[in-house]
This record gives sequence, C-alpha cells and structure tokens, in this order.
Amino acid sequence: MQMNRRQFFKICSAGLGGSSIAVMGFSPTAALAEVRAFKLARATETRSTCPYCSVACGLLVYSTGDKSKNSHSEIIHVEGDPDNPVNRGTLCPKGAGVRDMMQSKDRLKWPEVREPGAKEWKRISWHDAIERIAKHMKADRDKNFVAQNKDGVTVNRWPTFAALAASAATNEGGYITVKMLRTLGVTQLDTQARI
Amino acid sequence: MALQSLDIKQRSATTTPAPQARQTVEIAKLIDVSACIGCKACQVACMEWNDVRDEVGSCHGIYDNPVDLTENSWTVMRYAEVEEQGKLEWLIRKDGCMHCSDPGCLKACPAPGAIIQYANGIVDFHQENCIGCGYCVSGCPFNVPRISKKDSKAYKCTLCSDRVAVNQAPACAKACPTGAIQFGSKEDMKDYAEKRIADLKERGYEKAGLYDPAGVGGTHVMYVLHHADKPDLYSGLPVNPSISPMVALWKGATKPLAALALAGVALGSLFHYVMKGPNEVSKEIEKEVEKEDAQ
Repeated sequence: MQMNRRQFFKICSAGLGGSSIAVMGFSPTAALAEVRAFKLARATETRSTCPYCSVACGLLVYSTGDKSKNSHSEIIHVEGDPDNPVNRGTLCPKGAGVRDMMQSKDRLKWPEVREPGAKEWKRISWHDAIERIAKHMKADRDKNFVAQNKDGVTVNRWPTFAALAASAATNEGGYITVKMLRTLGVTQLDTQARI
Repeated sequence: MALQSLDIKQRSATTTPAPQARQTVEIAKLIDVSACIGCKACQVACMEWNDVRDEVGSCHGIYDNPVDLTENSWTVMRYAEVEEQGKLEWLIRKDGCMHCSDPGCLKACPAPGAIIQYANGIVDFHQENCIGCGYCVSGCPFNVPRISKKDSKAYKCTLCSDRVAVNQAPACAKACPTGAIQFGSKEDMKDYAEKRIADLKERGYEKAGLYDPAGVGGTHVMYVLHHADKPDLYSGLPVNPSISPMVALWKGATKPLAALALAGVALGSLFHYVMKGPNEVSKEIEKEVEKEDAQ
C-alpha cells in the first residue's frame, strides 16, 4: 500500500478515534449469553450405594456413553439419589466426593500380598487370597483357641483374631457375619462403619 | 450454539438492552446458619459438579479449609467462635457469591459479556469474555471473585446456572444433609425463612432474622441468622453492604464525561478543518527546507 506521511497520520488518528469511541461504549454488542451446557445430558445414570459408612446412602453415578459395544464409559459425576429413602438426594462430604475415590490412582482393585521380609506387594488371584487367609486363620485358631478358662469354665474363645466387617453390609449380611465369626470364637469384632 | 437458555437481565459493558418482556421465576438459595453443622458437603459437591479441584492445603489450626475462597473453591465454610449472651457460640457460615440484585462486579466490569445477570437473579461469569482486569474483585461488596493464576480469569459461584437452567437445584443445596441450604423461588425461600426465624425466636434468639441486604438491592443467596442485628459476628459478614462509590464514579460519571470529551475533540477538529482547512506550508519555507536538505 502506497501512502505518504500525511495519509499515514490521517489513518492513524481515524483508527485511534474509532477504537476509543468503541471502547467508551458506542459500539453496540448483542446482549447474548449462554450458561455452561448441562453436562449430564444423555449420560448413563446408574444407581449405586455409597461405600463409606453404614448409612448406605443412595448414589446416582453418571458415566459417558450409552453402553454400546464400542464406547468405553468413564464416570463423570456422582450425586445423591433423590428416590433413595435413606438420604433423599443428600450426601455428606465423603459421599459427595466419592468420584475421586473411585478414580484414585491408589485405589485397591484386587488382592495383593506382601510376603514376610519382602518390600513389594504382589498381585494374587481372589481364589489364592481366600485360600491363603483361610489357612492362616486355621493355623492361628488351632494354635491359640481357648476352649476353657483357668477355672474350667467353657468359653470357646479365639483371642488372637479380630475381624472388621464392611460398611455397606445390609442387616442380613451383618447378621450372618456376626453369626459366622462368633461360631469361630471371635470376640474382637467391629465394622468399618464406626471408623 | 443455542443462545439465551436463561433470559438475560443485564450484561457487563453492553449498552444494547436485553429483551425484558418475559417474566420468569426469581430464584434464591437460603442458607440457614442455625442448621449448619459445618460438614463441608457443599464445598465438595461444588467442586465435584463444577469440575474444579483445589490444591491440598495445610492445617492452619482452625476448621476453615481452605482458609479463603480461591479460583477453585467457590464456596468455603467460615467458622467463628463468639461469646454471645454469656455463652460460647460456634457460628458456621457458608461463604460465597451472594448473587446481588444490583451486582457491583457487573457494574465495574469493562469487558462486554464477561458478567451476566439472568432474569432469575443469577449473576454468572463468562470466562471466555473475561480480560482478567480484576475490577469485579474491587466492585464486589462481599469480596468474592478470585482471579485464577492459571488463566488470569475471574471465577466464582455460578449458583449452578447450568443446573438451574434445566430446573435442578444447585449442587451444594442438593447435597446438604441437614437441609441448611434450601433452594427455590425467592418468595418461597422468604416464607421458609420466616418459619425458621419464628422457631429461633421461640428458642431465645430474639434478634433472629433474614439477611437480604437492601444496599445491593437484595440478594439471591440469603442467610437465616440467629443474630441478624450483628451480621459481622459471622466471620465479617458486612452489616450494610454497598457498591464502592469508585465504581459509580468510574461507570457513572467518568465514562460519559470521557466520551463527551472525545466527541468534543472530534467535533472540534472537524470544525477546525472546515474553517481553517489543512495546515498550509508557504512556498518560501518549503524552498528553504529543501535547500537545507540539499546541503
């Protein structure tokens, strides 16, 4: 573009004036705005139960995709289930943040064992884990079971073992857990829900 | 992009008026301080819904965590230990944007469309239009907006405008296990507050009342306070919040005056051009200058 000095100054001042007037509010802009798109639209909604305590609040877990063959789901949001009579949609801070626990890198997803003296945890199958635990329990019970106390009274105690029950267990599950452990002679028994 | 899923009442730095004919329900969030147990479910639900996560901080010896609002913590619980009527009281207030009817942030904002007030009362920030100047921070009577260090844009509570737009309650109100956060039409919330206040008065809190300050035209986040005569007990809740006079000066007088001055200069130059014409250089001077240049 060819221009002389005078034309250059004219263009500059016109541009400066124009943009100043626009900045001062003379340039009309449309009064438009939009809220953030509702992120749960067409997400898959799955009912679940909060794993933290014995209250067992109802959860709605929202994930991407429609469960079609080639679409891989990812959990994007969790909130309370308004239809659950326990919490009617509300949650405590732990339940409200449960998505971060579900997706935590440190979440334990399978049984692991650390052999005596070893530093690393090693993944084992569920079958191996249950068998191993049963064998340890049996050995310990055989060694330490107290059938009678020193006065000769039958007590059937297994004092070297303690059990911690899961939090989301139902009444029925809790009943069976207590029955089974008391049958073995377990006296120290608690549930994670109290922690 | 679908536009205007919620009707607009005001838009920052925009002179074009928004359509005003439709009448929509005015909404409000009511925070009943007397029912709050300070569990922070609202804080967590807010982060979860809005996809923001704050950095893990450290313990400051008090329950406040984080100790202040940040660009990622749009609501925080403030715990105040005060002695009233000879006994210790633990006043826990959920702090965050009040969604004023007369929003100081919007008034102060120079970026077109960065702050929107919807007809239902929500004051929302649109970060894509935000220029990060921080005027909203100085314009806010409640010291709420925070500028992100990551993208230099202002963030605050949206009253879950995206949820309210599809007729859902804000995430904090939905989560609250004690029902200390209620959500509904502003009228219903005032009715609910009245019942709560009557109950508190019966239980000896004679000065119980609703916090819906007139200095900012009323708010769309209201508090039920046991000591409504002393809002400052609740971690410094302003007694008479109002927009800084500097904002009124900058937007009310300075801006039109500056525009007038600018228009005056433009008009004056035009008249000068018509009356006097362009500056002529006499032939003699031109020759002299050419002579000098040649040397």
